[in-house]
Formats: sequence, structure tokens, C-alpha cells
Amino acid sequence: MTVETKLALTEQDVRSYSSAKQEPSWFAEYRVQALLAAENLPMPTPDKTKIDKWNFTNFPVHSVESTPFASIAELPEEVKAIVNNEQKSVYIQRNNTPAFLQISEELLAQGVIFTDIFTAVREHSDLVQKYFMTNGVKSDEHKLASLHAALLNGGVFVYVPKNVELVEPIQVVFLHDDAQASLFNHTIVVADANSSVTYVENYLSTVPESAGLVNIVSEVFAEDNARITYGAVDVLAKGGTTYVNRRGIANRNARIEWALGLMNDGDTISENVTHLVGDASYGDTKMVVVGRGNQKQNFTTKIIHWGKHSEGYILKHGVMKDEASSIFNGIGKIEHGATKSNAVQESRVLMLNEKARGDANPILLIDEDDVTAGHAASVGRVDPLQLYYLMSRGISKQDAERLVIHGFLAPVVNVLPIEGVKKQLTEVIERKVR
Amino acid sequence: MSTLVIQDLHVAIDGKEILKGLNLTLNTNEIHAIMGPNGTGKSTLASAIMGHPKYEVTSGSVTLDGEDVLEMEVDERAQAGLFLAMQYPSEITGVTNADFLRSAINSRREEGDEISIMKFIRELDSKMEYLEMDQDMAQRYLNEGFSGGEKKRNEILQLMMLQPKFAILDEIDSGLDIDALKVVSKGINQMRGEGFGCLIITHYQRLLNYITPDHVHVMMQGRVVKSGGPELAHKLEAQGYDWIKEELGIEDETVGQEA
Ligand SMILES: Nc1ncnc2c1ncn2[C@@H]1O[C@H](COP(=O)(O)OP(=O)(O)O)[C@@H](O)[C@H]1O
Ligand SMILES: [Mg+2]
Repeated sequence: MTVETKLALTEQDVRSYSSAKQEPSWFAEYRVQALLAAENLPMPTPDKTKIDKWNFTNFPVHSVESTPFASIAELPEEVKAIVNNEQKSVYIQRNNTPAFLQISEELLAQGVIFTDIFTAVREHSDLVQKYFMTNGVKSDEHKLASLHAALLNGGVFVYVPKNVELVEPIQVVFLHDDAQASLFNHTIVVADANSSVTYVENYLSTVPESAGLVNIVSEVFAEDNARITYGAVDVLAKGGTTYVNRRGIANRNARIEWALGLMNDGDTISENVTHLVGDASYGDTKMVVVGRGNQKQNFTTKIIHWGKHSEGYILKHGVMKDEASSIFNGIGKIEHGATKSNAVQESRVLMLNEKARGDANPILLIDEDDVTAGHAASVGRVDPLQLYYLMSRGISKQDAERLVIHGFLAPVVNVLPIEGVKKQLTEVIERKVR
Repeated sequence: MSTLVIQDLHVAIDGKEILKGLNLTLNTNEIHAIMGPNGTGKSTLASAIMGHPKYEVTSGSVTLDGEDVLEMEVDERAQAGLFLAMQYPSEITGVTNADFLRSAINSRREEGDEISIMKFIRELDSKMEYLEMDQDMAQRYLNEGFSGGEKKRNEILQLMMLQPKFAILDEIDSGLDIDALKVVSKGINQMRGEGFGCLIITHYQRLLNYITPDHVHVMMQGRVVKSGGPELAHKLEAQGYDWIKEELGIEDETVGQEA
């Protein structure tokens, strides 16, 4: 079904979209309430970036129909390039259409749920209701969260039952090959007690420029003793603005590790928050960014310590080329009572030329005495003597810059916890710096 | 045979003239040494020839087999056959020595004709062994955390891997103990011969005990003030620079002073 409107949809549009998707009534109501609430909610306020002139509400169409893929063989080359041959469990969403799903024997045998969000809402309604915008991202946080809930038009649901430790990673590709498409994707990854999973998602535009909006939310829940490794490689086209909110909740002795390659070409607001709720929980965010053209971006990474003995680590490196500008906010917050916690962060930004801008903004907010914390941040321009040195060996200026950029990002890329993400990122970086 | 000709070279840094009309001609199959006290413009000469971004050539010329070197970008100068072992090599995080060297070698080859990994590793291994370098240096980040001596050896390793027509070695001997000095000299001597010319910048005669130069030049006040054969280096070793200053009526040999 395609709903055409210049502005955000009406209540009736939302209801009819929901009923066309055969959603349960609680979900339809949730959407409608969120739509009504959106009117009066404020925009989010990413630190140091003014977004009041950014377009987050106008988009050409709410949803487009795309043709599904019958087999891996039918996938476009760009997708084949990132879906490893050995990848057993993979879901591909094409614009707003669930387009391909393959689930391994291992997942099926162990009762893992891995499906598009619409199927999940229909077939696992209770489970979705438990996790959907309740404890993670709430729809009344700000206008974009509520619009997201109202307009949700894609996404994926992963549930790993208790005691199931998955060895094979699960991969999701959100293919964006229709310039008119907007993505309001919602991803939920739940690792129930004592389970573990590696989830990798790719946002990939194969159109050069996009007219649509992206407003995506991921909610990631690691229950007691569970472990989630969450990789994301975002490569969305310039044109439309992107709001991406990836949030994790780690319960007792649980671990959430993020490996994020944020390589969009358009203006992007990215928020990645991990709540270390349980005692001895562990959060680790590793992020690399390459900005180019005249894009503006804001990356907030935040780890909030609630549990005792919780450990939070943030490591991010960004390179700004051309006239790109980026703010890197890193926040370590230790709540009162989170004794013996440790909050560590490091942000480094390299600017390649005069017009590129970067700002690293490390913040520690500590409400407890018995803790350890540390931060390091640096922002600098590429050293012309490094380029001179490399060029004096015959290496062209472009290749010299390429080496310096790869080198600058290597300390993060090399320690990413997912091999596939490492490899993909190296290739994306290569394309972006060429 | 190739020839590098430097004529009446004037070079300024931050608007201050450092080289004041320097002349020098190098041929392949020759080793020249430039000696001189600190602050006489030796590194300035080396940097200007290679195209260091801070050094401005205000007049004069540098040509390599008739080609105007000063018109070339830094990488083009290297491609044309020039090499500078720097007094203070840069450190580059995240780029391994091996990746860097392979990029440098491939920059001299056509796309599609890159050196095979096997051949590269063989050459690198054998040259590192020749220079008594730890094999793990290949996988370390370029010059990062290298000791002074390791950096100098690494410059010679690059020289041997890249096989330029002309190498300028700026104080390749400084900070080296006697064993390292011998190893570095061994590397340079192996390059010696047809098709290779070298300009060794030093203010000690020590290195020249291991590499006998064909020509020795003395720099003062941003110019070559005296040239001779290997015996000139020995005389400087025995008697210092004062006799030259007296002979030429120079009071302060550093740049910024006029005779
Ligand atoms: N960055 C600089 N700014 C201003 N003057 C400089 C700079 N670098 C070198 N100089 C001047 O140039 C002179 C020659 O320097 P250099 O070529 O390094 O001498 P050498 O290598 O013979 O010791 C120095 O004594 C100093 O006066
Ligand atoms: Mg010097």
C-alpha cells in the first residue's frame, strides 16, 4: 500500500496502513497515540548541533512497494558483496518491503525468532509488546521518537531464548534502492538470560541521492548473563536527513558491544546509548566515521552506569574530509549507587583540510565517589609533514591521505569485535577516501 | 649516467633567506659528502631539493637530467629518482612499515602491474636481514615508537627497497652507536655503483671512515665554501673548521651572517 502525502500522515492514514498490515489493535493504538503526541513534543536537542532547520518531517511517500528477491542469486551485486557466502541467517529488507529471509537450521532448532517486524507484531505480539518502546526508547521522549512509532514502516525482530548461544552471526541488510523511499525501521534484538548473539545490520543506499527521510530506532536487550555484539555499517546516500537511535539495556552481568561504522553521506544525527542497569554489566562502543562533502553530523555516544561494578568503554575515531563537519559527544554517566564502576572514553577526530570541521566533546557525569573514570579527546588537522614524508617516497598525495586516514581509523577498526564488519568497513572507508 | 645539477639556489623559510646561492653537481656513480657545522643550511638544502612544504625556493634551479625538479610535486620528484633520508622521519600511526613500503614500490609501477606479495616479502625480508633489523619491524606502525637508531635503519631500508638514482642522506649517522653505524654504512655501500649517486650530509667525519666519498664539500652561511676530495674530510677531522673560516674571513659560519 502506498500513502502519498507531502506532510506527516493523518490519524486515518496511520490506521489504514496499520490495518493493511494486519497489526493487532494495541499496535495500531500505539501508533495513533504517538502520532497525536508528536504534535506537542519537542525535537531532540543533540549537543552542539542546531537542528531546527533540518527536515525531519517532510518526505515524498510514507511507503513504497518493492519487488522481493526469490534467492540470494537475485540480489544486486552491492548486496552480494556484503552478504558472505557462508552467511546462514540473513534478512533483507528492500526499501519498505520484506524481501528475503533465510534462517539457519541452528536458529530454527533452538527456537530463535528472526523475522521482519510486521510478522513479529502479528505472530509474536506479546513478546513484541513487552519490548517495543517500553524500557528502551520511549515514544514520548521527543518528536522524532513519536513520529518513528507512528510511521514505523519496516524493521526486524530477533529473540534468542534463554541459554541459547549462537555462534553464527545474524545479518540484516536494509537495502535502499528507491530514492523516494523513507525508512522508519524499528529493530529489536533480545538476548534472554545466559544467551548470546552477534547481530550485524547494513544500511545500504544504491541510489546516489535520496529524497526520503530516515528515522530508525534499535532497541537491544541483554538479559542477565547475556551477551550481544551489535555491528552496524551505515552507508546511506546524501539528500535525506537521517536520525538513528540505537539503544541498549544490559542487565546483571550482561554485555553489549557495539561496532558501528557510520558512513552515511547525508546529514545525520546518531544517538547510541547503553544503560548498564545490572550489577557487573559491561558496555563497549566502538565507532568509526568518515565525513565528506558538505554533510553535517552529530554523534552522541553515551553509557549510563546504574549497576555496581559496571564497566563502560567508548572508543571512536572520525575523519572529516572536504567541508564535512561533525560533533562527537561522548558521555559517561555514573549514577549514585553504581559503586566500583569504571567509565572510560576516547574520541579522536582528524580533519583533512581547512574547511572540514570536527569537535570532540567528552563529558563525565559522576554521582558516586567510589568509581574510576577517564577520558581522552583530540581534534587535529592532518600533519603536512606526514604527507610530505609519504610523498617523498613516491606515493601520490591522494594515496598518502588514504594511508593516513586508514591509519588513523585502524586503532578502532582493528579491534572491532566482528570480522565481517571489519572487512566491510575497510572497504567502505577505501571507497570514501578515494 | 644521470646528473643532478643545483645552480645558484636561494631558499627561504618563513621569509628568512637560508641558502644564498648554492652550486653543486652530482653524477651517478659518485658519492659526495657535505660537511659543515650546525646551522649552516645543510638540512635546508636537502629539504628544498625534495620539496618540503615549508621551504621556499626564491631563485636558482635544480635539474635532474635536464628536467626541472622544482616544478615537480614531491611524489613526482621521488618518481623521477630522488630520495631523501630525513633527519627527523615522520611517525605514522596505523600504517605498517610493510604496507607503506609496498605502496611506495607500487607507486612506481603501472596499475595492474603491482609487485607480487611474495616477491615483496622476499625482498623485504632479505633487506631487513642485511640491515640486521628485527623481522617484526615490518608489521610495526611506520616509525612509531622506533628508537633513533631504528628510524635511521628504516630510512636505509627504504633506500634499498626503492633504489633511487640519487639519495640525499641527512645526518643518517646522528645518534647511531658504532655497530649501527657499520650496518647503515654497509647498506649505503651496497647501493654504491653504476646508476646511483649519493649526497651524504654530516657534521662528523666518523661516517666517512666507512664510506669513502669521492668529493667533499663544506657548507657555511648557506653556500658551499670549499670543495675537495676525501682528504678534505680528514683535514676537517684533524683540524676542525676554524682554518676554513680564517682562510675565507668568516667569523660566524651560520646563516644569517654575511662574510
Ligand atoms: N623553521 C625555521 N624557521 C626559521 N628559521 C629556521 C627554521 N629552520 C631552520 N632555520 C634557520 O636555518 C638555519 C639552517 O638550518 P638547517 O638547514 O637545519 O641547518 P643544518 O642542517 O646545517 O644544521 C638554522 O640555523 C636556522 O637559523
Ligand atoms: Mg640539519
